[in-house]
Amino acid sequence: MTEPPAVTDPSPGAEPSADDTASAHRAAKPSLLDRLLGRAPTSSTAMDLMLQAKTGEGSQELEPRHESSLTQYGMETGSRLALAEGVSLDRGDLDVEVPEDESMILNLGPSHPSTHGVLRVMVEIDGETVLRTKPVIGYLHTGMEKTAEELMFHQGCTNVTRMDYLSPFFNELGFCLSVEKLLDIEIPPRAVWIRMLMCELNRVSSHLLWLATNGADIGALNMLVYGWREREMVLAFFEKVTGLRMNHNYFRPGGVAADLPDGWRDDVTALCEAIPLRMDEYDELLTGQPILQKRLVGVGPLDADTAISLGITGPLLRSTGVAWDLRRDNPYLAYDEVDFDVIVGTNGDCWDRYAIRFNEIRESIHIVSQIADKMPSGDFRTQDKKVTPPPRGRIDESMEALIHHFKLYTEGFRVPPGEAYVPVESPRGESGCYIVSDGSSRPYRMHMRSASFSNLQAMAPMARGSLIADAIAIVSTIDPVLGDVDR
Amino acid sequence: MTEELASAEPRLLHGCPLVESAGSYVVHCNRGSYYELCANLRTDGYAMPVGVTGVDYLTHPGRDLPDGIDAERFEVVVELLSLVAHKRIRVRCQVPESDPTVPSLFELWPGTEAHERETYDMFGVVFEGHPDMSRILMPDDWEGHPLRKDYETGEIPVQFKEARR
Repeated sequence: MTEPPAVTDPSPGAEPSADDTASAHRAAKPSLLDRLLGRAPTSSTAMDLMLQAKTGEGSQELEPRHESSLTQYGMETGSRLALAEGVSLDRGDLDVEVPEDESMILNLGPSHPSTHGVLRVMVEIDGETVLRTKPVIGYLHTGMEKTAEELMFHQGCTNVTRMDYLSPFFNELGFCLSVEKLLDIEIPPRAVWIRMLMCELNRVSSHLLWLATNGADIGALNMLVYGWREREMVLAFFEKVTGLRMNHNYFRPGGVAADLPDGWRDDVTALCEAIPLRMDEYDELLTGQPILQKRLVGVGPLDADTAISLGITGPLLRSTGVAWDLRRDNPYLAYDEVDFDVIVGTNGDCWDRYAIRFNEIRESIHIVSQIADKMPSGDFRTQDKKVTPPPRGRIDESMEALIHHFKLYTEGFRVPPGEAYVPVESPRGESGCYIVSDGSSRPYRMHMRSASFSNLQAMAPMARGSLIADAIAIVSTIDPVLGDVDR
Repeated sequence: MTEELASAEPRLLHGCPLVESAGSYVVHCNRGSYYELCANLRTDGYAMPVGVTGVDYLTHPGRDLPDGIDAERFEVVVELLSLVAHKRIRVRCQVPESDPTVPSLFELWPGTEAHERETYDMFGVVFEGHPDMSRILMPDDWEGHPLRKDYETGEIPVQFKEARR
């Protein structure tokens, strides 16, 4: 085989020394396939280097044990990460009692249904037992934060809504609240309550999808169909209100894009009746099932201290017994005017996370029914003409409206210089938008604090010592959305 | 706390100026006092690292900063949360262009690990003492740091390693 030129020049980030030893080891020893086929070993240093150059992400990957630094090693084995002052870590304290040449590094993902997108988890395994874990991300990175700097404030929602594509309303909400904070405008009560209605229904649809995919991940395949079916009921309502099933671009700085359509109350009432009944059915179908319990109870435990120091939020944090819900503890919109419970777990295992999401669907439906009762009338967006475009009908009659419309859509509206960050409780945890404005009509910098990105850090502490099948259940109950992780 | 902030004099928190910005408390610091300030905040009960990110102020240098803080090109922004006191605080640290390094907060909050890697990836700010200072979102051999203001948009370099040769 002639050596391709790629081989002689490995990518700068790759670690050639490790590959050399590994491939030399392999070249000397025929593989099982080689022996079965009775052929000479085909793997060569050249071939290995070529494969490495094509697929390797260098130091972003899980490196051989002796190559990772002590703290990195501690991180990957999921040992207690924050040490008390004066305590030093010893490699011997962490050592997994399996010799390095008996373990194996395995890729889970990036292209596999159970990774919920393009998550790649590299695990070092001894037989079936996970020794070290490292999530490798970035496969869905599309530079949305850079894009946001090019879009005007009234266009920004089209961008952010695509980040966490399973809970688009929360991205839009975080963005709008931050912009409104910088603009220092109040939005009318009806807009506030419409936003709450959509957000809570979105939480239901997101958790239903989680219930479906979680079922599929752990072998309850029928749940996959049911979860998607129920979610579709909610999405049909979204489509009626916003025009789109997903990526709605419905919340705008200053209010919402359109009022609720006629008959929305009937649709919401129908959802509030149908979903709790279905949830009771799934409760019967799943919760008492011994197989499901075996797959979830005691799997992937996380303690509260680790969760807090890792920045874990949402159902993951609540499963460890920390009753932290921004809707209650840091009320935004009008959450202080509705009655709901914060669901809290005790053990922080997969079972608690299952139970929390399951019951949060019921709580959200409870909130939705209260919103339907209390929905105020009035404007659905602020009457500030600098922020809100005039209604279509006014443009034909009023010169002023035409000018406002033209100015707003060509120049956008200017936002005073400053910075703002408003957190909201998305189905996955704390989501929020950090916006820096330089006084122009485009954000100078927009950063989305995504819950999935932080929550993924809990993977290693939860997975250590579990089986590969449990690792799948753990990824599933972290519920990462890779659009949100990679942005 | 709100009343104290309402007074005209800037309040100091662990020796660093504390201001209010759009309803949040923001403490400004230079690189020298960054780690110590964060360590003090950790002791104060800010147990959760909400996020670490960066801002490149290349084209917007004239921003409002309290006295004693010299504007530099980069800022590292750390958002912290105290679950017990229900308080949030934001740390804004000035990082010079000539030597964009700051100490890593990994020892204080292990949850800053991924965020610091992201900031490094996007802005090229190096966090000293970080266990694994590698790119996290971009490919390992990517050149440049995309969220810097002098990183051109609209340019698509070769994305796949084997296609380059």
